[in-house]
Amino acid sequence: MNDSIHKEPSMLRQKELIGGHYRKLARAKEAGLKSAYTFVPGNLTELLLAFDVLPVLPEINALQSAMRGKSAEYIAKAEKLGQSEDVCTYVKCDYGMMKSGNVGPTGERLPDPDLLLLSYTGCFTFLKWFELLREEYKAPTVMLHVPYQGDGAATREMRDYVVKQLRRVVIPALEKVTGKRYDEDRLRHILALSAQAEEDFVAVFRAARNRPSPIDAYFGGVYYIGPIFTAFRGTQAAVDYYRMLRAEVDARVAAGAGPLTPDGPMPREKYRLVVEGPPNWTSFHEFWRMFHEEGAVVVASTYTKVGGVYEDGFRHDPARPLESLAEYCLGCYTNHNLPARADRIARYVQDYEADGFLIHSVKSCDSFSAGQLVILRDVEQKTGRAGAFIESDLVDPRYFAASNVKNRLESYLQMIDQQRRGATACAR
Amino acid sequence: MSQPAAAALAQLVERAEALAYDVEYSAVRAWKERHPGALAIGFVPVWAPRELIAACGALPVGVVGGGDKVEIIKGDACYQSYVCHLPRSVVELGLNGRLDCLDGMLFPSICDVIRNLSGVWKLLFPNKLSHYLDLPQDFDPEIGGDFFRAELAQLVELLVARGARRPTPASWRQAITEHNENRHLVEELHALRREQPWRVPTSEAYVVARAGCVLPATEHSALLRDYLALVRAVPRAPLDNARVVVAGAFCEQPPLDLLKTLERAGCYIVGDDFLLAPRFVRADVPLEGDPLAAIANTWLAHAQPHASVWTRAGTKGDDLVALARKAGAEGVLFAAPSFCDPALLDQPMQEAACGRAGLPHMHFKYSENSGQFQGIREQAGTFADAIKLWSGA
Repeated sequence: MNDSIHKEPSMLRQKELIGGHYRKLARAKEAGLKSAYTFVPGNLTELLLAFDVLPVLPEINALQSAMRGKSAEYIAKAEKLGQSEDVCTYVKCDYGMMKSGNVGPTGERLPDPDLLLLSYTGCFTFLKWFELLREEYKAPTVMLHVPYQGDGAATREMRDYVVKQLRRVVIPALEKVTGKRYDEDRLRHILALSAQAEEDFVAVFRAARNRPSPIDAYFGGVYYIGPIFTAFRGTQAAVDYYRMLRAEVDARVAAGAGPLTPDGPMPREKYRLVVEGPPNWTSFHEFWRMFHEEGAVVVASTYTKVGGVYEDGFRHDPARPLESLAEYCLGCYTNHNLPARADRIARYVQDYEADGFLIHSVKSCDSFSAGQLVILRDVEQKTGRAGAFIESDLVDPRYFAASNVKNRLESYLQMIDQQRRGATACAR
Repeated sequence: MSQPAAAALAQLVERAEALAYDVEYSAVRAWKERHPGALAIGFVPVWAPRELIAACGALPVGVVGGGDKVEIIKGDACYQSYVCHLPRSVVELGLNGRLDCLDGMLFPSICDVIRNLSGVWKLLFPNKLSHYLDLPQDFDPEIGGDFFRAELAQLVELLVARGARRPTPASWRQAITEHNENRHLVEELHALRREQPWRVPTSEAYVVARAGCVLPATEHSALLRDYLALVRAVPRAPLDNARVVVAGAFCEQPPLDLLKTLERAGCYIVGDDFLLAPRFVRADVPLEGDPLAAIANTWLAHAQPHASVWTRAGTKGDDLVALARKAGAEGVLFAAPSFCDPALLDQPMQEAACGRAGLPHMHFKYSENSGQFQGIREQAGTFADAIKLWSGA
C-alpha cells in the first residue's frame, strides 16, 4: 500500500503480526523453537500451536516473493535447475528461493524445517512439492491425505479417515519432533479462539452485501485472510485483529463508505463483481487499480475461501477437536468439486447482487484452472449473466500482460453498461 | 521365416491396432449388444478396479484419449492452452457422442486436471455416472485400507444404482481370476520384450496392450496369448540398438508414430509406463476373504511407485533406476506430455536419481496428437548412438 495513504489500525496491526512471525522464524533455531512447513488449504495451525511449532507456508513465501519483485529471479533459477516451464510457478518460486538462501520477506533467513507436514488438501501439486522439499531438506515428512469431495459432499468415512491419520500419524510425528505430549485440552482452548475469530471473519466478508460494499472481497480480501489462513488462527492476536477489522468495516458501513484501496478510499461503486480464482501477485496493485479506477468492486471471491469456507456455518469446535480439524480440511474451497464451485459462484452473484462475475484463470494452478471454462458457462446459465475470463499467472511476471487484462476487463464492464442501458430502455 | 505365422502376426497386430484406436468404441458397442442391459464403465488413466466393475457384470473400458484420431474443437473450448491435451480429447469424444456407449466414467486420482475432469463430466453429462476415485495416500491397512475399502464399497453401490448387478461370490471369483490372468499375460508380454526386444517391437506390444482397453479381460487375454505365441514363432533378427526405458508417458498416451520413431532412431524400449491399468498393481488379488478388502489391500501393498502416489520411503527415482536395471536398460528417455504436472514435477528428481546411478538420460515432450517427430528422432538417435559408442568405454 502507498505509505501516504491513511492506514486503518487493523492494517498496521496485521503488518506487526506478520512481521513478528517472520522475525520469530528467523530466530527459531537459537530460541529452540521448532518449525513445520505446511500449506494454507487444510492447514493444521491449531495443532501446530498446541505443540509450540511455528508454521512456515511455502505458497505464502512464493507470493510474498512475487510482491517484492523477486519471483522472476527465483523461477529462472528453478528452471535452470531442471524444473519445467510448464509447471506451477509457486513451486518454482519457492524452490528458487530456497536455492538462493531461503531469505524470507523480511530479509531474514527462514529456518530449515524440523517437520514437513504435507496437508494434502485440494491441490495435487502439494504432493510433488513436498517430495521435492524432502529431497532437499532430508527432514521428517508426514502426509495427511484429505479426500476430495468428488461427489459434492464430505462423508463420514472421509472424516474418519482424516481423524485416524491425525491421531495415528500426524500427532505422533509432532510428539517425536517436539518431544512434547499431545495435550488435547490445550488444543481445545486454541480451537475456541479460532471459532471466535471465525465469527468476525465471516461478518467482515458478509458486509460486502451492503451498497456500497465497505470492502473489496478479493484484492482487499487477500489482506483480510492473511492472519486466519496462516500462522495466527487459534491465537488471541487473531481474535483481536478480526474484532478490530470488523469494527472498522462496520464503521464504513455506517458511514456509507466504500473500500480502501492502495490509492485511497474508493470514491464510488459502479460495478459489483464476483471473482473466481487466485490473484496475480507480481502486478497485484496494478491489477487492483484496473478495477477500482473503473469503480469496480469485488463483493465476493472464491480465492478467499481456499484456507477454509466459514460462510456456510463451519466453525472449529473445541468439543470435537480432531473431528473439527478434519472437517475444516475437507471443507476448503479447492476441495469442492466443480459443480459445487459453480453453484457457489452463482449463489454469490445472487446473494451479493453482483452485476457480473469474472474468472481470473492462472496458468500455474490446475486445481483452480482446469475446468474453469465449463464453470463459466454453467454460472452463466444459472445466473443469466455473461461472465468474463482473464488469464495470467500467480507469480511468474512473464504471464501478466497488463494491456490485455485491462482491455478484457474494460470490455466486460462496457458490456455491463450496455446491458444496464438495455434493461432501462425495456423498463420504459 | 514362417510365412503363415508372420501373416497371422501381421493380421493380429492390424486387428489390435484397429481396436486400440477405434474412437467409435465399436467393440464396446458390440459387447453391449451381446449383453443387453449390462453397463459399460469408462475409466481414465492410470488405474481402476477393473475386477470390481466386471464383478458387477459391467465392462471396464479404458479411455485413454483420442490421440491423433480426433479433431479437437469442442474440447478446446473447455480448456485453456496451458492444460494438457488428454482432457480436451476425452471431452471431445464425449460431446461428439462417441462415448455414449458408456454408462459412466471413473476418474482415478492422478492429478488436478483429471480430478477436475470428473466435475466437468458431471456438468456436461448430468445423466451419466461420473465418479472421482480417490486412491489412498496412507498405506496402513487400518487407515488407508479402511478408507479405500469404503470407497470401493461406495463404487459398487453407485454401479448397482445405475442398473449393474450386485456382485455375488461367484462373480467376484470369476472377475478376480480373469483379471489376475490378464495381469500375468500383460506381464509376460513385457517380460518377453525385456528379454528379447527384437521379437516384440514396442509399436506392436503397445497396440496389443491398448486393445485391452475395449475388450473384456478374457478376450484380451486370448489376444495376448495368440500374440505371444506368434512372436515366439516368427524369427526376427536382433539389431544393435540401445536399450532404453521410457518414463513419464503414463496418462496422456504417446502417438504410435512416436514409438515407431524411437525404435527407428535405434532404441529398444525395454521398459515403459504406458497403459498401466493392468500392471499398476504388481500382485494377484487374492480370491479368499472379502473381495473389497482384497482389492484395497493388494493395492496398498503392491501398487507400483508412481508420480500420482506419495513416495512413502526411499528417494524419488529409485524405482525408476531399479526398473532400468531390471530391464538391462542403458538409458532413460523422459517423455512427458506437455503440461503434465505429475510427470514434469517428478522428472528433475528422477533425472537426479539417474545421474547418481550413472544412467544416461534425455528428455522431450509430446502431445497425444503430435505429428512431427523429426526433432525427437534426431535427439533419440544421437542419444542411442552415444550409448552405443561411449557406454562402458
